[in-house]
Amino acid sequence: MTENTQKQVTRRDFLKIAWGAAGALALVETGGVVLSFFSPRVVEGEFGGVIEAGTVDSFPPGSVTPFTQGRFFLVRMPDGGFVALYRKCTHLGCAVPWNPAENRFVCPCHGSAFEQDGQVINAPAPRPLDRFAVTIADGIVRVDTGTPIQRDRTSDADLIYAEVQS
Amino acid sequence: MTDPLDPRPEDLKQRVWESIQRDELPPKDDRGRMRLVMNNLILHLHPSKVAKPTLKFTYTWGLGGLALLLIAILSITGIMLMFVYTPSPEFAYQDMLNLQTEVWFGQLIRNLHHWSGNLLVIVAFLHLLRVFFTGGFKTPREFNWILGVTLLLLVVGANFTGYLLPWDQLAYWAVTVGSSLLSYVPLIGEPLRNFLLGGPEVGAATLTNFYGLHVAIIPLALMGIASFHIWRVRKDTLSIPHKLDGTVDGSETNQIEKVTTLPHLVSREFVFALVMMGAILLWSVWVNAPLEAAANPDHSPNPAKAAWYFMGLQELLLHFHPVFGAIIIPALGLGALAVLPYQRFDLSAEGVWFRSAKGRRMALFGALTALIAVPLLVVLDEYALDIPGMLPGLPTLISNGWIPLAALLLLLIGYYDGIKRIFKATACETRQSLFVLLVVSFIVLTVIGVAFRGEGMALMLPWEVL
Repeated sequence: MTENTQKQVTRRDFLKIAWGAAGALALVETGGVVLSFFSPRVVEGEFGGVIEAGTVDSFPPGSVTPFTQGRFFLVRMPDGGFVALYRKCTHLGCAVPWNPAENRFVCPCHGSAFEQDGQVINAPAPRPLDRFAVTIADGIVRVDTGTPIQRDRTSDADLIYAEVQS
Repeated sequence: MTDPLDPRPEDLKQRVWESIQRDELPPKDDRGRMRLVMNNLILHLHPSKVAKPTLKFTYTWGLGGLALLLIAILSITGIMLMFVYTPSPEFAYQDMLNLQTEVWFGQLIRNLHHWSGNLLVIVAFLHLLRVFFTGGFKTPREFNWILGVTLLLLVVGANFTGYLLPWDQLAYWAVTVGSSLLSYVPLIGEPLRNFLLGGPEVGAATLTNFYGLHVAIIPLALMGIASFHIWRVRKDTLSIPHKLDGTVDGSETNQIEKVTTLPHLVSREFVFALVMMGAILLWSVWVNAPLEAAANPDHSPNPAKAAWYFMGLQELLLHFHPVFGAIIIPALGLGALAVLPYQRFDLSAEGVWFRSAKGRRMALFGALTALIAVPLLVVLDEYALDIPGMLPGLPTLISNGWIPLAALLLLLIGYYDGIKRIFKATACETRQSLFVLLVVSFIVLTVIGVAFRGEGMALMLPWEVL
């Protein structure tokens, strides 16, 4: 064989590659069909939608109010800022209850503990409790439970304040 | 009228019988016995003759066959349970109660399914150990080892998906905790978990998904790969057991005697299967499968434990950053299992339990090391050692992940090197000792997680746990 013929793509090579590519494409397509068929269905009911929590005044500063259906706690910090915390422990997914006596969230499963604003006090939880977006309009607090927002540390920017009424 | 050229019998009854069973029953001679094995759909899983030394019970312990028996029991009882169960959060738990109180023998069938499923995890694991310790994975059997590891994973998957179906507190939170392990896989973990659960939390979609996996996808995969596995055993044959001095048991000349499968192997299998069926039945009559209160997504029990075979992992999670405890260390373990048969292997050790006399001593040494070191390390980490506390500036991924893992790997390398020198051992014997060390460590971690972890996952003595 000469140098020239070695570099040339023969008809056999071409067909091999073409068949291989067509086969791979078919596999990818089938995989796509299967994946989308089994992808999570739209979450129905209360959880996953926007939940109307109530009027601003019904949550006194420093309060933690559980919303069982919405699976979150609406926290109003002592300074009046709102944050909605997803009750799912960031360690292994247990439901974290608020412990008013100790003024912290304590996970029953593996002992993680969180501050009122979600900050980790006690490992093994690797990050603060996830939060949901809070909006306040016309004195009504609304929580969007569609997407939990993960964060590496809590910050004051997470807190939402009601507009000062004069 | 008999046509001399037509061998078909006159008698219709006999003709029907012969159309079903072609060979003479019972067979008269060895030739007939071999033909019977060859022509029978079920028996032909076996070769027509087997090497006599491989029949010794203490060589194989019948573990592969027992796994197959358990799969048969699980299929039959599982299909029965499908008729009295609805995979929906509204009905599942009520169906379980009805199964136990209203359905005739419902509790017994559930017990049989539950205990066989749990036993299968143990038996499959013991089978893996047996094959390792007798060198049953050597050329040409490497790939069958890989198939076996795949089967073990499928068995665990079947067990895990089945765990959710009763929809009680135990099921709900074990699966919540177990599937949360997945979300620590970098990048794809969270989507993967949501895909498996059909949403962000365990719910109706999870139950449907797990039901489909448990009754269709995993059993089909399991049976397909198990058939492949058995076929390869049939093609590769069993390795011949040797004594320590290299001789074959019961043979003067080292000429391997072969005997017909029927009756020598079949009768042994039959007796063993009967004994095991009797044992499982008795156990299931007396010991009920657990069922707790109905699942309540608002209230996690304390402590929330994963299924027992994941408790070794959950114990690791208490000591390592989740990426290490749930992903990197298990992946390293599985990777080691996968490449294991492709290592250079001392051929003279094939078929010898624990390779050699020295191999036995070193295996024992590895087991004892793990039995002492692992509880010590666990207690040390629980009460004294706080690397993240000592290095507060570092992210826990490093202080509670890379640093302890590197330390452990260094210890293991030191162990390997040390015993290789002390025992003046071959690589094969040393690797085995390391393997024993790791396996026993995993078992010890599992036992600690199951029996020594109580409320808040704090360390306590077994009688305080429950």
